Amino acid sequence: MADIVLDKVSKSFPDGTVAVQDVDLEIADGEFVILVGPSGCGKSTTLNMIAGLEDISSGELRIGGQRVNDKAPRDRDIAMVFQSYALYPNMTVRENMAFPLRLAKLDKATIDQKVDEAAKVLELTSLLDRKPANLSGGQRQRVAMGRAIVRQPKAFLMDEPLSNLDAKLRVQMRTVVSRLQKKLGTTTVYVTHDQTEAMTLGDRVVIMRGGAIQQVGPPQELYDHPRNLFVAGFIGSPSMNFLHAAVEDGKLRTALGDVPIGDRIRRELEGADAPRELILGIRPEHFEDAELIDDEARARGMEFTAPADIVESMGSDKYVYFTVEGQRASAAELEELAADAGADFSGGGGNLVTRLSAESPVQEGEDRRVWFNLEKIHLFDPSNGRNLTLHEGRSAGTLGD
Amino acid sequence: MADTTTRAKLRWGLIDVIVVVFALVPVLWIASLSFKTPATLTDGKFWPREWTLDNYRSIFDTDQFVRALVNSIGIALIATLIAVVLGAMAAYAISRLDFPGKRLLVGVSLLIAMFPQVSLVSPLFEIERQLGLFDTWPGLILPYITFALPLAIYTLSAFFKQIPWDLEKAAKMDGATQAQAFRRVIAPLAAPGLFTTAILVFIFCWNDFLFAITLTSTERARTVPVALSFFTGESQFEDPTGAICAAAVVITIPIILFVLFFQRRIVSGLTSGAVKG
Amino acid sequence: MSRRAPLSENKKAERKLGWLLCAPAALVMVLVTAYPIIYSVWLSLQRFDLRFPDQREFIGLENYVTVLSNEFWWTAFGVTMLITVVTVAVELVLGMGLALVMHRTLVGRGIVRTAALIPYGIVTVVAAFSWRYAWTPGTGYLANLFDGSAPLTERASSLAIIMLAEIWKTTPFMALLLMAGLALVPEDLLKAASTDGATAWQRFTKVMLPVMKPAILVALLFRTLDAFRVFDNIFVLTNGGNETSSVSMLAYNNLIRGLNLGIGSTMSVLIFITVAIIAFVFVKLFGTAAPGSDDGERR
Repeated sequence: MADIVLDKVSKSFPDGTVAVQDVDLEIADGEFVILVGPSGCGKSTTLNMIAGLEDISSGELRIGGQRVNDKAPRDRDIAMVFQSYALYPNMTVRENMAFPLRLAKLDKATIDQKVDEAAKVLELTSLLDRKPANLSGGQRQRVAMGRAIVRQPKAFLMDEPLSNLDAKLRVQMRTVVSRLQKKLGTTTVYVTHDQTEAMTLGDRVVIMRGGAIQQVGPPQELYDHPRNLFVAGFIGSPSMNFLHAAVEDGKLRTALGDVPIGDRIRRELEGADAPRELILGIRPEHFEDAELIDDEARARGMEFTAPADIVESMGSDKYVYFTVEGQRASAAELEELAADAGADFSGGGGNLVTRLSAESPVQEGEDRRVWFNLEKIHLFDPSNGRNLTLHEGRSAGTLGD
Repeated sequence: MADTTTRAKLRWGLIDVIVVVFALVPVLWIASLSFKTPATLTDGKFWPREWTLDNYRSIFDTDQFVRALVNSIGIALIATLIAVVLGAMAAYAISRLDFPGKRLLVGVSLLIAMFPQVSLVSPLFEIERQLGLFDTWPGLILPYITFALPLAIYTLSAFFKQIPWDLEKAAKMDGATQAQAFRRVIAPLAAPGLFTTAILVFIFCWNDFLFAITLTSTERARTVPVALSFFTGESQFEDPTGAICAAAVVITIPIILFVLFFQRRIVSGLTSGAVKG
Repeated sequence: MSRRAPLSENKKAERKLGWLLCAPAALVMVLVTAYPIIYSVWLSLQRFDLRFPDQREFIGLENYVTVLSNEFWWTAFGVTMLITVVTVAVELVLGMGLALVMHRTLVGRGIVRTAALIPYGIVTVVAAFSWRYAWTPGTGYLANLFDGSAPLTERASSLAIIMLAEIWKTTPFMALLLMAGLALVPEDLLKAASTDGATAWQRFTKVMLPVMKPAILVALLFRTLDAFRVFDNIFVLTNGGNETSSVSMLAYNNLIRGLNLGIGSTMSVLIFITVAIIAFVFVKLFGTAAPGSDDGERR
């Protein structure tokens, strides 16, 4: 067991490209940390550097207080689970799990005992004599986990371990991983591109983009208080709606009407070089059918009318897609997120995704009056993506302060 | 529908037969000659009218052939072993490691694959004479290894590249050194590739005529293909045709066995090397 | 590149291992080819006949003048070129056919492939003897078809038989290389073409050939250079008689039978240069991606 510290760790390739830049991260002993971000953000490179499979160009990596930059993987005492599982096809399940122990020159009785223990934990006992080729995807994944836990390493590194499983199994295995990590209490670094996995699994989530850390924190904090446009757009499903907002006469002119702003924000916007154009972000669940709102809530928000294009009833609530007029919000971060999602980003002057109560009688095609919560909205500076509503680490909507 | 597939099958079957006949006739012909008696040898018939094993007895009675056979087997086996070991080392490095000079090595071996071997005949003849390697086993093994290496390197890198890279990382994470990762994880997976390469290299060495005829002069190192061309009517007054054919059949047997048992491997080995590794 | 971080132990170890693993193979290949070829350039500039070792002296390019003004050389060169061009052309056509058969046949794929491998694997000398006896009057089943004439005693028919033997022996290799290319043609592409109304011939020329082009070029390059080395078949079939010597045959004769190292080496150098030119033309003309030329990146 050990803590892992990344101190200004960078990775650059001989051709000059920088994969990871000045990553500072302290992972406490026993902590479960998720590295998440779109493909190419440097999360896997970071993990491989911790593993020792890739060189660290600059900075320092300490495991258990010891500098390990130049240590070979085998001398770092950490185990890794690969996306492809990387099971040795010529060995049985038992031999696969025993492999690290045999390399460590443990005696046979100890090896057998440890393998049997690990197999029991992962319910692999009946499969011990099979070859990986004769296992299902989920079973292979468990063997890969078994091979990692069997030697009780200082830390686990997991590189998208669930992404080759089908959706249902992935949800199941998520809880297995989570329970296992809690039971063993071993420091774990887990890489994924799936924000749902990131939100549900980790003690803390590290969001990366372009080789740099965007924000680190517990999942709920990232969700409620995203530091910038990228984090806001990356976390949450369906993702946050982004609308263009022009600063005029101390108000924000948006497609949803004029949004009032509080004193603190106003002061920020009074600077000479303050942006005149902003991006307004609202999460789908901060909308509600105006019919269902009580007076107290009504005072905390504002309303607009728009045609409902599509209504998706989820049972517990309704996803309603509205078309709104107005300019599309644009920023480099949004384009990147859109490219990663492989689709046009919903938001801007196009579609609005809302999550309304199941009781809402909204019909497709009708104009509907919709309320949204002003205390929960975010404002971003499009030039650098900074969240302007964030104050001392908290955000309180445009009306705050 | 059923009718057209039957007809298509018949058509393919016919084509198959033509290919098989075309491929086999020269082999069957020489086998047939080897079983003919001296009296019927010149009857011009494809199949022997009288069968005899005398030709085989006669060649195994002479030192000339037996020595050549021992030379052939010994030289081909040793050259194969060394070429596959050296080739495997280089192919592993090429497909798995990152180091400057890798492209150069690939380029050099490609050049050697295209090298006109006859250009080496004169200088090697002279060099080996000076070094005392002329007419010895090492004198042949050395050029065989050289020209087998490109083949070995290409085929093996193609095989090595099919082994999932993650496995080596996993082995390293499991506490293996680079050498252990190779020996315990990669090597068992590469064994089929090594075996296939060994067959191809053996066939290459077994086949050589040019080096064998220029770099040997006596029974010390002369291989069967060369010995064949020097066969004369052993004390008898008849021509050596029967003996030559018998000897030819004997050295064809291993090839036939390889082809029969390892057809799939040989094809995959040759094609994997061709479609860039 | 300029501001590269110092290599870690890991990286250094990897480099070292890479060099270490490649060193023996590289050393052998270079020692047995590069040094002799340089040495042979040196020998080619000398009068050096092993029968008259006392007369050994440096004579500059005189050997080249001798060889290049010698009609035997040019005859052999012509024969070699003829054999190369004809056999490679025929092999390309037959090899393509055989590749298609091996790749697409509905029945007996294993048998066809096994049978095709026999000419590839068989010792060339053995096959050459088979052909020789087949055309020997009295003995051969083929000679008798032509009323017992002796085709191996005449130049044209001898060359034809040499080429036949070459083609028989190496067509399967060509076919295997081409089959590797065929395997790269996506089945869906052919289906799409046939639903678009392409005939079998159009599918072959418009869909398969373009995809196979790299494989074809590689096969052609290798076979051309290989054909240029033709030796074994000529040695057994005619022993170079009736002006059927190839350049390899001629070099061999000068060296082993004539023991003239100077002339033999001159021919070696000339053959080397010719092959280099052929390879160069191939690469330039077709910009062919040689196999393995994209090696190097591993991710």
